[in-house]
Amino acid sequence: MSTGIAAPRRQRRRLARSEWLTVVGRALRTTRGRIGAGLAAFVVLVAIVGPLFAPDDPNALLTTPYAPASSEHWLGADGLGRDVLSRLLSGGGTLLLMAALATLAGVAVGALAGITATYKGGFWDAALMRPTDVLLAFPPVVLGLVLVSVLGPKLWLIVIAVAVGHAPQVARVIRAATLDVAERDFVRSAELTGLSDRRIIIRELLPNLTSPLMVELGLRLTYSIVLIAGLSFLGFGQQPPAANWGLMMNENRPGLQANPYGILAPAAMVAVLTIGTNLVTDAVARVSGGSLRRSRGSLEPLLAGAHPQEALEPPTGAGEGRL
Amino acid sequence: MSVAAPDQRIVVEQLAVSVRGGAPVVEGISFTVNRGEVLGLVGESGSGKSTVAVALLGHARRGLEITGGRVSVGGLEVLGLEPPELRSIRGREIAYVPQDPGTALNPALRVGRQLKDVILAHGGERTDAEARALEVLADVQLTDATRIMRSYPHQLSGGQQQRVLLAMAFACRPQVVVLDEPTTGLDVTTQRHLLGTIDALCAGGGTSGVYVSHDLAAIAHVATDVAVMYAGRIVEYGASERVFGAPAHPYTQALLRAIPSPERRSALEGIRGQPPAPGRRPQGCEYAPRCSYAVDACTAAPVPVVASEGGERWARCLRTSEIAPQPTATMPAQAEHAATGAGEPPAISVSALSARYGEAEVLRDVSLQVPVGRRIALVGASGSGKTTLARCLAGLHRDWTGTVELSGRAVPRDARTREQEDLRQVQYIFQNPYGALNPRYTVGRIVEQPLEQFFDLDRDQRAGRVEAQFEAVSLSLDRIDSYPDELSGGERQRVAIARALIVEPTVLICDEITSALDVSVQAVVVETLARIQRTRGLATLFITHNLGLVRNVADEVLVISEGEIVERGPTDRVLTTPTHAYTAQLMRDVPTLAGAWPSVLSPERQVRT
Repeated sequence: MSTGIAAPRRQRRRLARSEWLTVVGRALRTTRGRIGAGLAAFVVLVAIVGPLFAPDDPNALLTTPYAPASSEHWLGADGLGRDVLSRLLSGGGTLLLMAALATLAGVAVGALAGITATYKGGFWDAALMRPTDVLLAFPPVVLGLVLVSVLGPKLWLIVIAVAVGHAPQVARVIRAATLDVAERDFVRSAELTGLSDRRIIIRELLPNLTSPLMVELGLRLTYSIVLIAGLSFLGFGQQPPAANWGLMMNENRPGLQANPYGILAPAAMVAVLTIGTNLVTDAVARVSGGSLRRSRGSLEPLLAGAHPQEALEPPTGAGEGRL
Repeated sequence: MSVAAPDQRIVVEQLAVSVRGGAPVVEGISFTVNRGEVLGLVGESGSGKSTVAVALLGHARRGLEITGGRVSVGGLEVLGLEPPELRSIRGREIAYVPQDPGTALNPALRVGRQLKDVILAHGGERTDAEARALEVLADVQLTDATRIMRSYPHQLSGGQQQRVLLAMAFACRPQVVVLDEPTTGLDVTTQRHLLGTIDALCAGGGTSGVYVSHDLAAIAHVATDVAVMYAGRIVEYGASERVFGAPAHPYTQALLRAIPSPERRSALEGIRGQPPAPGRRPQGCEYAPRCSYAVDACTAAPVPVVASEGGERWARCLRTSEIAPQPTATMPAQAEHAATGAGEPPAISVSALSARYGEAEVLRDVSLQVPVGRRIALVGASGSGKTTLARCLAGLHRDWTGTVELSGRAVPRDARTREQEDLRQVQYIFQNPYGALNPRYTVGRIVEQPLEQFFDLDRDQRAGRVEAQFEAVSLSLDRIDSYPDELSGGERQRVAIARALIVEPTVLICDEITSALDVSVQAVVVETLARIQRTRGLATLFITHNLGLVRNVADEVLVISEGEIVERGPTDRVLTTPTHAYTAQLMRDVPTLAGAWPSVLSPERQVRT
């Protein structure tokens, strides 16, 4: 800005607010959220930087099969005499990456389908939601198994299979959440401004659906982890000799008695991660449940008989007190 | 005060309700109501009137608690009661009529069942319940009571539903009835009849009432005494004809000046500013920051009550003696009418418009023209099709036939298929400012957005125009970075007005834009809009069910009933000498402070001017 007459005022740059950061921030201020985030962060950290700290080559045959834990091999060895700790530290990255990609893809596709179905209605609603209902009839695991067994165990295919399993469920939830938002007059106002449908969906509707979207993301991430680890366990996924938590659980089954850590350690990682993501999701759902209520608050107490401003004003103190 | 006279049915002393563990929401509330009398509790949003009303039943809304004082109903101390005892007196000794009948009745049960449940819950015999239910339905003037008993709530009209609730309240012959805005949301005719019924039930059955409302005119018609509430306190109390005829407190006076009257044209005067929120109330008089009479003493210490007329009437104001009660009749009159642009084609012209919602035809052969610079009001009861008409003009409702022309050019039915230029020319302001602004964007951004869409301007130019527009609608510039939920209702509606005006439209459609606002705020919004309309020569279509407003906002009136325009003409002519029976009926039914319509059943309860 050049020699601004009203230069100081041009400093304003609050244009829009996304709820993402606020809600995550509030979620992390709850005990539940903190514990969950701590657990999940621990596992993610292990998966990302673990390979750097692995004491041995995860694929090197070092000792006797199923050697029990010792000072040299803290978590013992697997069936081929490979170091379990090293394999544990190396085996999370791919799993997490796949889970994250599958979740993002599934939620993105599902959310767009759900919003579009509601906003456009009529033909689009039917065209998007009927196939969704068909997909919903398949359990996601079966869907994954069918795809992978037909097309072969390719990693990208698993990501797609899991994403396809998520999309219809997300679409259902988001479609319902959009119903409430799409009815509001600010959407009519955007239509009267001549905004394209695409911009209305992305600029007007989507920002008002952050809370349900975040809950879906968290929930779907948890499912993705379990599903992908499960598919690996069943042998669809990374192939030996790759280190992978799901695969490790499968490989080390015969040695459960000789070296239980071969199974317990990877199982614990998956369990801690899913518990962590689930706790965070739960915290998000709780705090955003409140914020959803508040942003819709203008209407709700109105129906309950309060006057708009009364609906907004008195609980201010109460709302803050709860946090 | 504490000596209970035999016919004192409600005694409230120093009642206080606070946010749980926090600031007081209402405090120092004291009043008494005698047998057969009705106390009107008046106040604007956030004044705490509903909080007081439900406290009479020993209830506090979630997050609030009753922190002190005394409530006695028919000699029974309500506040110390245990939940089972409270349950047993609610409905039997003290009944409650909620505002929204649509949500207060169980949609899955027949009306008769719900009504009989109330009777049975309080020890009525099953054999008598039916008879009592029929009797009380007749009492609330519901003809065909047997059919009503068999109906589900959705089969009844809003007015009938409210009568059913009234019947439920009166079913056990309570000593006291608390009515929480029971007529808000009903059209004037239904409201008038309901007020008459309430009046008859209370006066006839010896039931005492507390009638809560923001509608002063409605209060004037049912209440014997009035308590005006502001920011959690009663600021003025007295017999209703005295309070409304000669208000003593500056707030009451300002409130009365803000009410539009269908009988004469008066410049409306709003109250600037906002009431303080609980916890942020000033020491001393709560109204002082907005009061034109305020002096230092007002904010120095809590303001005592100043009684007059033998203690029957009081006001919480230090200067009542100096600011002699202004009779409400001496209001400034004569708002200017805008000049008409003659010779040009009308800004918007509608001919032979018929609209449908599915099978139902909601508009039939409607024609109208709004010339440049002219203000036309579209008046009608709810369900008359007025909002549908507005939505057809804007292109939001698509199922219609006929033609709409903008400055002589026909436009397509659907907004999505209209040219950008046509979209720009017609701007629409929605009824509910709470839903019309996207909560995720700052109001500055919301106002700027249409500029981006319709004009080719750089960022600085847009920012300049947004600021100019904020000033034009009297919005403070430091609101520009606020989100909609950080603003009051009146401010939000001004943001919506700014968004509509920034693209320099030729036609402005205002769909009930003040109905969600308090009267003092309504006056400010109407005044702002009128000023801009005059300076810019906008053609305005103002849709309202509030006949009082019409004189302030329109040069010409169209009266619409059941989808057809039944009368049209210059505002003064139509409102003064209506030719169509429907218009005459509407005018008769509008409740006014002067009590222009005689109370249906008790003519002696008329309010003097």
